[in-house]
Amino acid sequence: MSAVPLLKVRDVSKFYGSRIGCRNVSFELYPGEVLAVVGESGSGKTTLLSCLSTRLMPSSGMIEYHMRDGQYRDLAHMGEAARRFLMRTDWGFVHQNPADGLRMTVSAGANVGERLMAVGDRHYGNIRASASDWLRRVEIGEDRIDDQPRAFSGGMRQRLQIARNLVTSPRLVFMDEPTGGLDVSVQARLLDLVRGLVHDLGLAAIIVTHDLAVARLLSHRMMVMKDGAVIEQGLTDRVLDDPREPYTQLLVSSILQV
Amino acid sequence: MATPLVVSEVAKSFTMHLRDGVRLPVVANVSFSVKAGECVVLGGPSGVGKSSILKMLYGNYGVDEGQILMEHDGRLVNLAAAEPRTVLEVRRTTLGYVSQFLRVVPRVSALDIVAEPLQARGVVAEEARERAAALLAKLNLPKELWALPPATFSGGEQQRVNIARGFITDHKILLLDEPTASLDAKNRTVVVEMIAGKKAQGTALVGIFHDAEVRDAVADRIIDVSEFSPRKHAA
Repeated sequence: MSAVPLLKVRDVSKFYGSRIGCRNVSFELYPGEVLAVVGESGSGKTTLLSCLSTRLMPSSGMIEYHMRDGQYRDLAHMGEAARRFLMRTDWGFVHQNPADGLRMTVSAGANVGERLMAVGDRHYGNIRASASDWLRRVEIGEDRIDDQPRAFSGGMRQRLQIARNLVTSPRLVFMDEPTGGLDVSVQARLLDLVRGLVHDLGLAAIIVTHDLAVARLLSHRMMVMKDGAVIEQGLTDRVLDDPREPYTQLLVSSILQV
Repeated sequence: MATPLVVSEVAKSFTMHLRDGVRLPVVANVSFSVKAGECVVLGGPSGVGKSSILKMLYGNYGVDEGQILMEHDGRLVNLAAAEPRTVLEVRRTTLGYVSQFLRVVPRVSALDIVAEPLQARGVVAEEARERAAALLAKLNLPKELWALPPATFSGGEQQRVNIARGFITDHKILLLDEPTASLDAKNRTVVVEMIAGKKAQGTALVGIFHDAEVRDAVADRIIDVSEFSPRKHAA
């Protein structure tokens, strides 16, 4: 059990003019921990994820990240170049729509290899070998390495996006509705894959989802958001089996049983 | 003798916000302890709060009052107030649970479901699978099923996968929620033997068994959960 948190979040708020995106969110995330952020559309989940991943600047609050050199850095006071380097190496971001996270007009192999080149890898043979290794790990046939993601199905695109993110061995991955828009059998395959990778690589992850079954399967801890605030948080099975807040009880009781 | 589990003055109620905030008291003043090598059975009629107590012990129900003390990694942890990551750590190494129903994971084979808790403790995949196979064989689960995900298994087959998963580790505390409910006589006997084996190894067990024959075979002590009825304490 690692003793220090990877991410420390204190009182983070984001306002869009007078409208609230998210307010006073605080938590800590440890290495290897998977945190699910759930809530309905407009509850502030995606705003929070954008603030955490420096895609949006919070209106107030502090987010500190434990760098590989052992120091905590305040993300708001980090230079643009340092933030981008973090995004390319130590972090991953899996978008709901793979087209937002992939380059659709270059080959699958290049999509994966590009992240490696960004961290200074220059040897073509090595890059291609790791690209094809990662395609295999996300169950994309090696014969597809030179195809563009335009020619891939939705599920394959999403798996390619995951490979692209994980090839640099990040320590923290943000995922925004990673299984949204996929049909159930494709979703099951992706969930199984993500679950295995998170476990094998010891990744920390923050997963935004409105699907409580996805949260149950993938996460250790859960935060429930409503109107921009975190209204309940705790161990995932505790929140789902014994929800305390009225809104969480409503969410849990609204799950369709199969 | 060591006492790995002490439950002290635990109370639990549910507040149903979808039904005008009606408050349902479940149990109050639950106090008992379990020694190493002892099997304590929670008894009493349905709806009296037996499963709720087990779920509090495992941490998937919150606790309103009281303490649940477990000996974990050479120290004492109060599970009722522990941080989520502490609860997960206790579950990984100290506290096992055989639930009434198996929660299936899409696409994961029966063998891997059983091997998983061992792999989480750092046992290499091959050895974990071998030990999982040995347990499934002991529980008479047909070999053809091992490589399949258990979603389509019968109730009894799923339950045996669940039992194997719970028994594979050497956790010091093991919770059993009706592990023999959908098993035939032959497999019930196997489970009774496995429980005896755990007791001999010094595991502290807490269980719910509706089958009187199994209960009498495994119980060192029966606690009548209706003693913990909140109405009794309100009076």
